[in-house]
Amino acid sequence: MAMERIPILKVGRFLLVTIQVDLYDRLALELEANIITAITNHHAKGIMIDISAVSIVDSFMGRILSNIATMARILDAETVVVGMQPAVAITLVELGLPLTGIYTALNVEKGMGLLRSKTVADNDADFDD
Amino acid sequence: MMPTSTIKVKAVETNAIGDEQDVVHLVNLVRKQAGFTGMTLLNLTKLMTATSELARNMLNYAGGGSVTIELVSRGKQTGLRLTFIDQGPGIANLEQAMQDGYSTSMGLGLGLPGAKRLSSEFYIESIVGQGTTVAIIKWANG
Repeated sequence: MAMERIPILKVGRFLLVTIQVDLYDRLALELEANIITAITNHHAKGIMIDISAVSIVDSFMGRILSNIATMARILDAETVVVGMQPAVAITLVELGLPLTGIYTALNVEKGMGLLRSKTVADNDADFDD
Repeated sequence: MMPTSTIKVKAVETNAIGDEQDVVHLVNLVRKQAGFTGMTLLNLTKLMTATSELARNMLNYAGGGSVTIELVSRGKQTGLRLTFIDQGPGIANLEQAMQDGYSTSMGLGLGLPGAKRLSSEFYIESIVGQGTTVAIIKWANG
């Protein structure tokens, strides 16, 4: 239990995070911190969070995802959540949870495309890029 | 209390909630028990989410409590009834607490109204200084 950790993989300019365990406070806070460190270390422009193995998203989990997206944006990186199960999506709406600042895509491939389009547009606008 | 006259109870299980690991464990127990009712995946997802919201609420506001899981039936319907009991500070204004966006802690204030929307039946009783009881039923097909 003490060794539980969510891996963060670097894929080109992006980070891929696959959540396959139930999140609780300490694990979630560690994940937030690790993602922020990884963005800085790898100069990542995007983070993809795969939740296809997640069976519920409650307001706690929703807040974690929003926090990650907000912190990432401050560091000039976009966040896309991919693979949400249909039942989870329906439940989120009924729960009334706003996933503020988060892009979503059906799967990893589409998420990658979305991140590319978001960050390419950013690069064009950058004078110093 | 929630009307019980027409409801038959088949199995009962009570769990203490003292930390976040207990919440994760509880949600998994609910998933297992709901399997016996033939609940649809969507209803199961709603029930597990409501369970997590209410159990976390109990941890945040009352420091913990107990949750009873019952396999229930009414007529041809089968489902689960969960009863969350805490000895926390209680809720002074229930009407306000049942509104979206109302929260006295860091939360989003979705806990109670969100859990109510996700449940088939919802009951809440609270006495300031004594604690809060929340009971929900999710029918397998309701």
